[in-house]
Amino acid sequence: MKNVLMLIFKRCGASLITIFIISLIIFIGVEMLPGDVAETVLGQGATPETVEQFRKALKLDLPPHIRYGAWLNDFVHGDFGNSLANGRPVAGLIGWRLGNTLFLALSTAMIAIPLALILGMIAAFYRNTFFDKLISTTTLSFISFPEFFIAYILISLLSVKFNIFPSLAVIDPEMGLGSRIYAIVLPSLTLTFVVTAHMMRQTRAAIINVLASAYIEMAEIKGIRRLRIIALHAFPNSLSPVINVIAVNMAYLIVGVVIVEVVFVYPGLGQLLVDSVAKRDLPVVQASGLVFSVVYIFLNLAADILSMLSNPRLRQSQI
Amino acid sequence: MNNLLEIKNLYLEAFYEEQWQPIVHNISLDLKRGEVLGLIGESGAGKSTIGLAAMGYARQGCRIASGSINLDGKELFGASQEDLRVVRGSKISYVAQSAAASFNPAHRVIKQYSEAPVHHGLMNHAEAEKEAVEIYRRLFLPNPEKIGYRYPHELSGGQLQRAMVAMAMSCHPEIIVFDEPTTALDVTTQIEVLAAVKEITEKMNKAALYITHDLAVVAQVAHRIMVLRNGRLVEINETRELIKNPKEKYTRELLNVRSLRENKTIHEKMDVILDIKDVAATYTGYDNVVEDIDLTVRKGRTVALVGESGSGKSTVAKIITGLLPAINGSIKFLGKELPRKLKDRKKDDLRKMQMIYQMPDTALNPRQTVRQVIGRPLEFYFGIRGKKAEDRIRELLVDIELDPDHYIGRLTTELSGGEKQRICIARALAAEPELIICDEVTSALDQLVAEGILDLLQDLQNKTDMAYLFITHDLATVKAIADKIVIMLQGKIVEQGEKKEILSPPHHEYTDKLLASVPEMDPDWLDNLLEKRASTFI
Repeated sequence: MKNVLMLIFKRCGASLITIFIISLIIFIGVEMLPGDVAETVLGQGATPETVEQFRKALKLDLPPHIRYGAWLNDFVHGDFGNSLANGRPVAGLIGWRLGNTLFLALSTAMIAIPLALILGMIAAFYRNTFFDKLISTTTLSFISFPEFFIAYILISLLSVKFNIFPSLAVIDPEMGLGSRIYAIVLPSLTLTFVVTAHMMRQTRAAIINVLASAYIEMAEIKGIRRLRIIALHAFPNSLSPVINVIAVNMAYLIVGVVIVEVVFVYPGLGQLLVDSVAKRDLPVVQASGLVFSVVYIFLNLAADILSMLSNPRLRQSQI
Repeated sequence: MNNLLEIKNLYLEAFYEEQWQPIVHNISLDLKRGEVLGLIGESGAGKSTIGLAAMGYARQGCRIASGSINLDGKELFGASQEDLRVVRGSKISYVAQSAAASFNPAHRVIKQYSEAPVHHGLMNHAEAEKEAVEIYRRLFLPNPEKIGYRYPHELSGGQLQRAMVAMAMSCHPEIIVFDEPTTALDVTTQIEVLAAVKEITEKMNKAALYITHDLAVVAQVAHRIMVLRNGRLVEINETRELIKNPKEKYTRELLNVRSLRENKTIHEKMDVILDIKDVAATYTGYDNVVEDIDLTVRKGRTVALVGESGSGKSTVAKIITGLLPAINGSIKFLGKELPRKLKDRKKDDLRKMQMIYQMPDTALNPRQTVRQVIGRPLEFYFGIRGKKAEDRIRELLVDIELDPDHYIGRLTTELSGGEKQRICIARALAAEPELIICDEVTSALDQLVAEGILDLLQDLQNKTDMAYLFITHDLATVKAIADKIVIMLQGKIVEQGEKKEILSPPHHEYTDKLLASVPEMDPDWLDNLLEKRASTFI
């Protein structure tokens, strides 16, 4: 157990270093964006003096490494600075939207992950039969369509034609949990269709891979039922690749859902990021970029640790 | 009818080259209560396939084509999957060759024991686990109350194999199929498992099929022995009768493989090729895996380095080749001191010391032809290319007794295990070495094939006067080819000397145990040994 703690500790350290490097990259990337914030914000008619004053007020005249140090220091202390566009604190702006993004991602994950695992196991169980091919074809078709296409199909079916769910996922902070869930059914469903195929196919492949092992043959020879063999003998040994795919998809659900947010006008973090880039609202861009990276790295870290814990050999390894 | 198992006219087929082809032809056998039937043959003889067929089971890509399998009055051929499932594990169970691979790494050993009886509805978890402890104790597993609660990777190979024997007994089946249960074990552990098999069948009045390629092993436990070759019956007879009067030539060949070869003496004035003194090495940096290793190898002679798994014998090979640099001591090769690290050594020193490995499958590049494999050292060490290389490769193929026209263009994957090992030998020969280190070169091969390889190595030594350092855990091999024997235990050399000195008493205590553990072709050998042991314990 001590070794595992050591290993986890090391992974966390490596993650911190990665986040630091990413913060550098984000800062440099934003630095390299063409154009000048002061000029953009103040418009064409601004006199050079006002521009100069504005730059001074925002500390844009200082050399980059000092600004980077100050930015990182503030960020670590939870102060993300103020938006250039409207002067509101970035933390508040991002906080609510990040909450919305996580809410949508988690609700989707709660449906998609069990669904994918169960479908994967069933597909492995009925390997190479009509049923297996049906599951594969269906999920693959959904993955092949662009997300907005699935979204519009769902809207035209479930909200325009039958009028069951709202086509716009508008939520505000005062809404209760029930009405919130009701509001996000369609985007959540769209995302489920997008991510399930990937996870399901990985589960199926990992299980089938394990089914060739000697211990599966042993279980069969012991007279254990096929379904139990798949769920209790094969599945635990195929967890590691599955966990990694789940992590990648979770990351996608948080970081990559801009299009779905736009289609359903959902106030998530992705939409904020896109808006802010258009407006050259650099503090917001930097902060959301860094938040995304932290989420992404955290998910991968969690996947690493979980797949380590799922394997008794690694759990007690001597590394 | 008092036959527990009756197999009649069994045919099995495998699917390859796009069609079903027969692999087992017309096998009939029967098994009574309290009886052990040995199935013996080389790989490809169909032993395991028949063993599994006795449970109505065929591996992926195989099928039972025709015949009848009657288990205690119930016909298994053509029975439904559900009917077969009910029988498997509860009436007839199986002990696989590799316990390490056959235990599920994700579950504790005792949970895997109790799974079958609980699943078949014979007892609940608590009862099953109580019985497991009892059986673990009977099979002399250390710490029987606790050992089951470990994960498979926390047990040694010998312990796992016994835990698997215990698992096979969990539902009190009538028949247990033992498929090479001791092949992967050291000789000393093998005895524990053999004793367990005997106890189960004799005292508990069960029946067993015992599958192996080692006639001496099966002679200890089986009442009757069935010799198989290429899926066909060669002969079947009572054990004593079969050993005394084998009718078929093939059986006689199997019986003969353990004969001793002539001794070569070692003279003090013979050239010392390799001389290592006081060598130690470590993997971790603080704990030495081997220590105080002193060893000399002389020209034209074979030194056998013997020990059980984990004794450090392969580590010694790594130190000599420089893969694992020694932390102290000296390694002298052909009269001069070798640098400890591989990368500090000269090309010519590398050339003069070659290695042959345990697994010819992994030692050869699957994408290369025989020509490329043998041609590589020719080009690397001597710069020989083109026509000259082609001629030399052909010469080498003749040396290893393979027809050049037939083999030179083939991919290494198209060869059998024995042929692959011969190619590995040719590759080593191509460098014209003074010393070849052979690391368990025959342990992955069938008995007769291994015999051929040993013969070849012997002939090559007579021709070229190379020295061999032969690393092995198989004392039969040692007896067959060594001039000098070095015995290792827990990273140290416990005894070394000329073969006849080591093999004749008095021995070091450990040497004695090791030698006494090698099965002899005498059906009473195990009983005598167990009796002797029991009397010394009391």
